Order: sequence, then C-alpha cells, then structure tokens
Amino acid sequence: MISYGQHQFPGQLFVVEGTDGSGKSTQLALLYQWLKSEGYPVFFSEWNSSVLVKDTTRRAKKRRLFTPATFSLLHATDFADRTERDIIPPLKAGAIVLADRYIYTAFARDVVRGCDRAWVREIYRFAVKPTVAFFFRAPLDVAIDRIISGRPALKYYEAGMDMGWSDEPEESFKIFQGKILEEYDRMVGEFNLTVIDATRSIEQQQREMRAIVSRHLRQRARGMGI
Amino acid sequence: MRKMSFYGTALPGLEAESYSGKLIVIEGTDGVGRSTQISILRAWLEARGHAVLDTGMTRSVLAGRGIKEAKQGHTLGRLTMQLYYATDFADRLENEMVPALRAGFIVLTDRYIYSAIARAVVRGAAPDWIRAIYGIALVPDAVFYLRIRSAQELVPRVLASGRGFDYWESGMDLHLGEDFYDSFIEYQTRLLQEFDRMSGEYGFRVVDASRPIRRVAADLRRAVARIIDDEGRAVAQPELIAEGVSAASEAEETLSRVEGSAYH
Repeated sequence: MISYGQHQFPGQLFVVEGTDGSGKSTQLALLYQWLKSEGYPVFFSEWNSSVLVKDTTRRAKKRRLFTPATFSLLHATDFADRTERDIIPPLKAGAIVLADRYIYTAFARDVVRGCDRAWVREIYRFAVKPTVAFFFRAPLDVAIDRIISGRPALKYYEAGMDMGWSDEPEESFKIFQGKILEEYDRMVGEFNLTVIDATRSIEQQQREMRAIVSRHLRQRARGMGI
Repeated sequence: MRKMSFYGTALPGLEAESYSGKLIVIEGTDGVGRSTQISILRAWLEARGHAVLDTGMTRSVLAGRGIKEAKQGHTLGRLTMQLYYATDFADRLENEMVPALRAGFIVLTDRYIYSAIARAVVRGAAPDWIRAIYGIALVPDAVFYLRIRSAQELVPRVLASGRGFDYWESGMDLHLGEDFYDSFIEYQTRLLQEFDRMSGEYGFRVVDASRPIRRVAADLRRAVARIIDDEGRAVAQPELIAEGVSAASEAEETLSRVEGSAYH
C-alpha cells in the first residue's frame, strides 16, 4: 500500500479547506472555471460524495446512529472510495484534480469529537498528498454569520449537537467551529497548508489562488519538458 | 470483573472501564464451521443460565446493509471495502459488544478483527496500517481459531452447503486463477497462511476443525467452561459468598425455565 507523500503521478491535486462559511467552495468553483477555460483537463471531487457510502451516511445522520469513531470511519470509507475512483485515476491520466475538503477536514472534526489524533492520521495514510492544500482562514464570527444567515436551520451533526456541549444549535455550532478552527491552525505547520486570508474580497483571494496554481502548473510543464 | 484492554488506542469514552461479561471469538476461514459451532455453544451456554449475545461481520445497524449492497456491484475498491468493514466493526463494538459485556453477557463473535486483517493483508494493505485501525478493538477473553489443514479440505464443505463458490470467498477480485475453483484454492491458502502468522501474535487457541462437528464442539465447550468458571472462583471472596449463593440459585431457576421451555 502506497502511503501519503509517496504517490508520484503526472497530474496535480489542489484542495481547499476551511471552516464552514469560509468561502472555500466559491473559490474552488472559480478556479475550476478558469482552468477549464485555459484548456486543462480538470476533474472535480467533493467531500462526502461516494455513491457506495452515501445512503449509509444519510440514514445514519437521519437516525443519529453515529459515534465519534463510526463518524470518523464512515467518512474515511467515503474518502477511500473517492481516492480509488475520483482522485488516483485522473491523476494518473495527468489531469488536474480539485477537491472540496480533504483529509484535513476529517482530522479537524474527528479530533474535536474526541478521536485520537494519531489514530485518525493513520487511517488516512493511503491519501495522495496534495500539490497545494489551501486553507481559507476566516475569523470565527465572520464564518458563523455567513452560515447562520444563509441557512434555514443547522443540522444535528453539522452543529456538533452529538457532543452535548449545548442544547442550542447555534451555541453548539459556535463552540464546535471554534474548536475546529483551533485544529486547523495546528495543522498549518504540520501539513504545510497554504493560508489564504478569507476576509479579503473574493477577487483578491481568487487572484492569489490562481497565481499559486499557475506557478505549480508551469513547474510541472518544465519538469515534463513541455 | 476485568479491566478493558485494547490492542491500540481505545475509543473515546471507553478508556478505563471494567466489564463483567466475557468476549469469546470464534475465528477461522470460510466454511470451517464457525456458525455451526456458535449456535451449539450458544444453546449450551443459555442452558447453563448465561445470557449470550452473538454477533458477526456485516451485522451492524449502521453499515451492514451498505456493505452488502456495495458487494453486489463491481465498483467496490479494496481500501473502501476495508474501511467499510472497520466501520461495521466499530459500530458493533460500541453499540452491541461493549454494552453487553458491561451487562455481564457472554459475547460470542463469529470472526473478529483477525479475519478483517487477513483479508486486507492478502489484498496488499500495509499490515501495520490495518492493525492500527483495529487498535480500537477490545482484547478478547479468548480467541478460538478453528483450523483446517488445507484449502482443499474446504471444498467439499462449500459444495455441501449448496451455495457453491462465492465471488468474495473465492477472492475473485484478486484475479488469482482461471476460474472460481482455482481462485478459491489460492485465496484461501493465502488466508490460512495469514491466520497462522497471527496465531502467535494474538495468542489464538487453535482447535483442529478437521474433526467431526461433535468433537470440535466438545473441545470448545470444555475450554469455554474453564474461562467462565475461573472467573466464578475468582469472585468467591468471603464477603461475596451470600451474593454468590443467590446468584447461583437465580441461575438454576433460569436453567429450569430454559429446560422447561425446551422440553414442554
């Protein structure tokens, strides 16, 4: 089994991470449009999207069957399916793969839910190391405002209600997101995440992102003698 | 009472608990007679007045159905399958096995982490990776490994079952042979080697499963009785005798009820 960092593929993998409401999905969608218009083969992969696992996850959320450990393992199962199906084959084919959320989402959430930090990292050892992992860092109040104003109601697991921190979904969500942000901050050095200041304008953030991605695409082209 | 001990990292919330039940594992490859032995053992334990929970792979509320559906198709990758099984295991451990053990049940499990590890390693998973994932597993009170000498010995049993060769039991996803038979022999041979390798590591109690069902059952019964009775002696401290006596008479009552229902 090949583990994190050992994969050598002709394609490149760019991922976006950040708390809910940090604007990362908007940025990734803009990047996708730009790469396509530039003529690159681009493949998009989203967190929690495995067809094999989707029904199980949906049922478990509805019936509240999850414990921190099974929440972690089922999301790892979903991610494994995406890795085997959506990530490795296009990378082998030389495509650019864009992933909305990656292993760092699991590291943050599962550890906040009480899973052992080393155990969670070990589970995901099979993951492909991204070319660049962007971390869209937004202060807690900004992210929370965006989510709470844009959504009819917070969902049970989304708000971290399973942890029993508060009976108030909004209050629970704030506590949960605060802890997640702390975990992300710890990971910046550990995994060399590229921090993007998510308080700036959408255009400024996108410009910065494109500049970084272009640099990697040029390097790769030079490496392959193109 | 015994303190829970884990192979690796305990699950959140389970760290330092004690339990009064027994976790007994019946392991072995496909077709060695695990489920037959478990049903015999269960009936005998219940007749003796023990509450029994039996469980096995893919029986979890959370992931059982999803795994079965995924196995019907042809798109289930190896890593995905291994993690799906780990999810199923964790759900049963937390929601079935541990609560039953706390409540004093004898938990009989048809396979445990060892089958999952053997299948993963045979499929190219890093041995230390799959072991680390299953580090959440509780160390059982006993692991009985029903051992047969060769994969060829399993063939008549598979045929007798009337189901014929199964895609996954034959390891067809590994492309080891021309047909189900060749693949089955090669796959099961590799699994047997993995089990033998784990035998010392995990302290399997090896039971020769090439013998008739009756003889294997008698061996298991003797060994399980010893595990349960050792504990009985250990709690018979002077201050606990009175409690022990009432527990014993309760057990006898249960036993006569069980016998009553069985024979009338």
